[in-house]
Amino acid sequence: MSRVGWIRIAVIAIAIALLEASCRLGLIDHRVVIPPSEMADALVHLLISGQDNDQILRTFGIVVLAAVISAIGGFALGVIIHALPRVRQSLDPFFATYYAVPIFIFYPVMIVIFGLSAIPIVLMGVATAIVAMIIATLNGLDRVPQVLTKVACVHRMGRIATALLLKLPAAAPHLFTGLKLAVSYAFIGVIASEFILAPAGLGRVISDAYTDFDNRKMYALMLLLIIVATVVNMFLHAVDQHLAERRGIGKA
Amino acid sequence: MSVAVPGEDIHASLSDVTRVYPGVAGTPAVHALGPVDLKLKRGEFFAVVGPSGCGKTTLLEVLAGLQQATAGTVTFEGRPIAGKVPDGIGVVFQEDASFPWLTVWDNAAFGLRRNGVDPAKIRRRVDDALAFMGLTDFARAYPAQLSGGMRQRVCISRTLVLQPRLILLDEPFGALDAQTRLLMGDEVLRLWRRTGATILLITHALDEAAMLSDRIGAMSARPGRFMEIVATGWPRERDSKIVSDAGFGEITGRLWDNLRGESMKSLGHSGVAAG
Amino acid sequence: MIATNRAADTVIILIVLLLAWQALHQIVGATALPSPVPTLAYLAKLVPSERFAENAWATLVCFFYALILSYGIGLAIGVWMGVHRLSGAVGEPILISLYTLPKVTLYPVVLLIFGLSLSGRVTFGAMHGVLPVALLTMSAIRNIPPVYLKSARTLHLSRWQTILTVLFPATLPEVVVGLRIGFTLTLLGVLLAEMFAAKQGLGFLIINAMQLLQTEEMVAVAVVLFAFAAVANALLLWIEHRLHRRV
Repeated sequence: MSRVGWIRIAVIAIAIALLEASCRLGLIDHRVVIPPSEMADALVHLLISGQDNDQILRTFGIVVLAAVISAIGGFALGVIIHALPRVRQSLDPFFATYYAVPIFIFYPVMIVIFGLSAIPIVLMGVATAIVAMIIATLNGLDRVPQVLTKVACVHRMGRIATALLLKLPAAAPHLFTGLKLAVSYAFIGVIASEFILAPAGLGRVISDAYTDFDNRKMYALMLLLIIVATVVNMFLHAVDQHLAERRGIGKA
Repeated sequence: MSVAVPGEDIHASLSDVTRVYPGVAGTPAVHALGPVDLKLKRGEFFAVVGPSGCGKTTLLEVLAGLQQATAGTVTFEGRPIAGKVPDGIGVVFQEDASFPWLTVWDNAAFGLRRNGVDPAKIRRRVDDALAFMGLTDFARAYPAQLSGGMRQRVCISRTLVLQPRLILLDEPFGALDAQTRLLMGDEVLRLWRRTGATILLITHALDEAAMLSDRIGAMSARPGRFMEIVATGWPRERDSKIVSDAGFGEITGRLWDNLRGESMKSLGHSGVAAG
Repeated sequence: MIATNRAADTVIILIVLLLAWQALHQIVGATALPSPVPTLAYLAKLVPSERFAENAWATLVCFFYALILSYGIGLAIGVWMGVHRLSGAVGEPILISLYTLPKVTLYPVVLLIFGLSLSGRVTFGAMHGVLPVALLTMSAIRNIPPVYLKSARTLHLSRWQTILTVLFPATLPEVVVGLRIGFTLTLLGVLLAEMFAAKQGLGFLIINAMQLLQTEEMVAVAVVLFAFAAVANALLLWIEHRLHRRV
C-alpha cells in the first residue's frame, strides 16, 4: 500500500481510538455514544443471535431490487431519450433540477397512495437512483466518438451490430459510473424511507432502537450499515477506476 | 533508379463530382466540393493537399461511399459506388478510431471476426499484420497504454488484415509530432509496396505529400477543386530520406505556389491573396 | 431565441407533470391523491395562513444556519485539503465514502447529542451540505493550471494579489457548483430532520398531514418545497453558467 494509504488508515484508527478513549474515560456520556469496541461487540452478538437478520436481509434485498430496476430502466430510458433529440432538449431542465428537489417530500404521498408496505420504499429507491442512470447513459452515448459511426460503415455493420459492438462498449465506462451512482442512491433512498416510516426493515429497526433507548442495538446496526455501504462503494469505485484507467479516461 | 510505373488501368474514379451540404434550420447550404474529376491508377500513391476546410475529407468520404455525391459518378473497380462502402476499400481516419475496450490483437481481428473468417486464418493474418506494423510485443496491450502513433498503427493493422485493394488515409498522422510523422510515412510506404494497394492520402502537410506520393492533387479553398496535379516521379523504392533530395524542395515549392493564395482565403485574408 | 426555447421546455415539463399528477389521481382515487386544481386552490389558502408562515419560517431559519455552517466548514476543509496536498490525498477517499453514506441513519446520534432542538436539525442539515462543498472546493484548487501560477510569478504579483486576482477567479466556477449542490443537500438534510423528529417546520407539516390523512395539505406543502428548490436551483445554475462562460 502507498504511504498515503497507510497515513489514511492511521488517521481513521486514531479517530476511532480517540472516540473509544473519550467514551471509556467518561468524556462522552454512555447514553449518547457507546465505545466503538462495544458497537462491534454488539453487532457480532446481534448477527449471531439472528434476531434481526430477516430485517437486514429484507432491506438489502429491497436495495438490490431498486438498484436493478433503476439500472435497467434508466439505461433503457436513456437510450430512448438519446434517440429523440427534441424530447431530450425538453427534458434537460428537468434533469438539471431533479436532484435539487428533495424528492423525499413525496415519500408520504407514496405511502398514502400505496399503503405502508414495501412498494413505496422500492419506489423511493428507484426515484432517487434512476435519474442518475439516465443521465449517465445520455452522457455515455454523447461521448461515443463520431468516427465510430464511420468505422461501422466501413465494416458494413447494421444499426443493431453498431449499437451492440461499438456504441455500447464505447459508452461502457460512463454506464458503469451510472450503475455505481444508482447503487449508492438506491441505498440512501431505501434506508431513509425505512427510517422515516416503514413497516419493517433495517432503517425501522434502528429508528425503533432509538425510541427504546437501546443504544447497543442502534449503534450495532449503524455500524453494519456504515460497513456495508463503505465496502460496496469502495468495490464499485475500484471497478470504476479500473475501467476508466484501462480506457485512459481521466481518473477522478 | 527505376521510375515507378503504376498500372495504367483506372482503379477508382470520380467524374464531375460535387457535394453540397443542404442547409439546416435556416442556415445556407454549403457547397463543399467540386466539380472534381479524378482517376486513380491501380497501384499508385496519390495525395490530396489543400487548405483546411477545402473539402478534402468530403472527397475521401464520397470515394469511400461514406457520403453520397450530390452530383456526378463515383466508381471503384468499374462499379458505381452507391451509399455503401464497397468490399476492398479500407479507411484509416484522422481521429483515433482504435477501440479502447479491445486489446491491440482484438482490434486488429475485429473486421475478420465480423466476416466470419476461420479462426486459424484470423490468427495468421492478425499476427502477420501486427508483426508488419511492429506491434507484436503490444498484442495484449490496450490502446490507452499506447502512444498516439502506435494507436494509429493499430487502426492501420485493423484495415490491413482485410487486405483492401484501395486504402484511403484521412490525415492519419495529423495528430502526431513531426518526427513521428516522418517515420509513419516510411511505414505507409512499406505497406504500399508490400500490399500493392492503391493509396489515397489526404493531408495538409506539403512535405508529407511530396515525400510519399506518385502524384499530388492540390485543392483550392471551398468549394474544393483540383488546381493542379503534380507528378513527383519518385522511384517505387523510397523512404523519408527523400526529403533531402533536391527535387523534394522543388515539389513542395510548386505546391506552395499553388496553395498559398488558397490558404490565405481560408484564413479570411482574401484581399491580401488577391493583391 | 435559446432563452425562449428553454422557457418553452420548462413550461412543457410543468404541463406534463401536471397531467401525470392528474392521471395518477384518476388511477389511485381522490382520497389518496387530490387532483391538481383543488390542491392548488388549497395552496392559495394555505400559504397566507399564520400556521404555514410559522412553519415555513422555522424551516427557513434552520436552513439558513445549516447553510452557513455547510458553506463555512465546507470551504475551510476544501481550501485546506486543496492547498495541503498530503491532507487532500489522505482525506479525499474518506470524504467520498462519507458522501455516499446514507446519513439519515446517523440522525439518532445527533438527536442523542443535541436533543429535539434547533441545533440538532441545523447540525444534521450541515452534515449533508459540508461534503460536496469541501470536495468541489478541493478539486477546484487542485485543478488550477500550474501555468496560471507561473504567470502570476512572472507578473511579480504578491501573495495576496495572486490569491485575489488569480486563484479566486480561477476556482470560482467549480466552487459555485459545490455551493449549489451543498444548498440542495442542506435543504434535504433539514427536511429529513423535520420529517423524522420535530414539532415544527415544513417537513413536520408534511408528516403530520400524512398521519391525519390531510392529503391536500401534504401535497400542497410538497409543491411549495418543490417550487422553492427548483427556483433556487435555477438561480444558482444561472450564476454557474455565467461564470463558466467567462472562463
